[in-house]
Amino acid sequence: MKPFTYERAADTQAAIGAVTGRPNAKFIAGGTNLIDLMKLQIETPAHLVDVNHLPLAKIEEADGGLRIGALVRNSSLAADRRVRERYPVLSEALLAGASGQLRNKATTAGNLLQRTRCVYFYNRDMPCNKREPGSGCSALEGVNRMNAILGGSASCIAVHPSDMAVAMSVLDARVETLSAGGEARSIPLADFHVLPGEKPEEETQLRPGELITAVTLPPPPKGGQAYRKVRDRASYAFALVSVAVAGDRIALGGVAPKPWRATRAETALQSGASPVEAAESELAGAQGHGPNDFKIPLARRMILRTLAQSTEMARA
Amino acid sequence: MADKNASADHTRIELEVNGHEQALTVDPRTTLLDALREHLRLTGSKKGCDHGQCGACTVLVNGMRIVSCLTFAVMHEGDEITTIEGLGEPGQLHPLQAAFVAHDGFQCGYCTSGQICSAVGMLDEHRKGWPSHATPDVAATAIALSDAEIRERMSGNLCRCAAYPNILAAIKDAGGLP
Repeated sequence: MKPFTYERAADTQAAIGAVTGRPNAKFIAGGTNLIDLMKLQIETPAHLVDVNHLPLAKIEEADGGLRIGALVRNSSLAADRRVRERYPVLSEALLAGASGQLRNKATTAGNLLQRTRCVYFYNRDMPCNKREPGSGCSALEGVNRMNAILGGSASCIAVHPSDMAVAMSVLDARVETLSAGGEARSIPLADFHVLPGEKPEEETQLRPGELITAVTLPPPPKGGQAYRKVRDRASYAFALVSVAVAGDRIALGGVAPKPWRATRAETALQSGASPVEAAESELAGAQGHGPNDFKIPLARRMILRTLAQSTEMARA
Repeated sequence: MADKNASADHTRIELEVNGHEQALTVDPRTTLLDALREHLRLTGSKKGCDHGQCGACTVLVNGMRIVSCLTFAVMHEGDEITTIEGLGEPGQLHPLQAAFVAHDGFQCGYCTSGQICSAVGMLDEHRKGWPSHATPDVAATAIALSDAEIRERMSGNLCRCAAYPNILAAIKDAGGLP
């Protein structure tokens, strides 16, 4: 691991100032992804600003919905009574991710900012445009069983690995941030992550030193909610394909560089199309790369099954 | 802001481990696991993968189970850390330690400290009413700790000897489950 300096931030503005004013400085919260990447020298920050003691760990009622502090741990969020009753899709998605130990450490904001688990991003002996811009993408013609079928580019087909963010996407969440000088932004989650295009090293809209302070959820939509995940083992594995449904909204995980809101399928359903037609309209533009071709029919079946499950939940 | 904690080299910290304040000087890169094993000589917590995938390094921080390999020691000043050494000792075993012995919940024993610390945290999470991926309805108010629930909740602890049936039996016994 490369050497770094460390400080514990006393307050939010001081934390933002400490990262904004210093090259190659990073916030650290749960650290479960960042420290792993530091051990592999994929992340090499020169300075870490520990934000764990900032007052951003509350879940509060806000405008008929919830405001989830950036430091709320994944396990606390999944166990929150209000989330379990009003946003069960979010609880289910969180509980489908990682392990008990990791969920106790991982935070709401950190989960959104975790990096891809593409095997080439992790392998420093192989080209990867995300890790080393301009070096090439090894996944396009390599081991891409876990990689994207939607939203990828000729530069990168890595997927965003979060379960939580897929549920937040279907719930129309927004990401609240603060920057130096006190500038606050509220960014729709749908726009928060950016597609790779020619710059896969850029993953979110965040500016240097900008700190996520909370994620807000509007009141839940009418209708049932459900989260389904298919993975290579029964527990503690990343999604091959996951689907979140809330009312008449659909989002997909494990298939794209960002939590993928299935707007084409939603539009089709609203105009009277059958679930099969809706799923096919979403996947019409999907592109497999050989080993991950199976994700296209799997995603179609998962959309249908999750829609049916959500309808059953609404009846129950 | 005050930069007194910042250092390019070594930092002096105090950790509360198993009820005792311990002063140590560490490079900020030192994980909590390495601080416990290499600085404090508490070698009960094991280093398996060192990447948060196996659970052998599981300890309790403020009562919550975490993997100690994916956190830095400098981040834990002011926290209460409990390792396997703090749960019990020969002649005075923690109920989970005794149950692992009684049910032969291991072969090589390398994962056992992590399994036991994880099970302590897991049973506490269940007592608080937390749901899991194995819970049919996450909004349920009473969740029975079935075999499927225990297996799911313990999935962050791997046992290469595959002593899982006996680990399950030990946890059920110590947890007072039928």
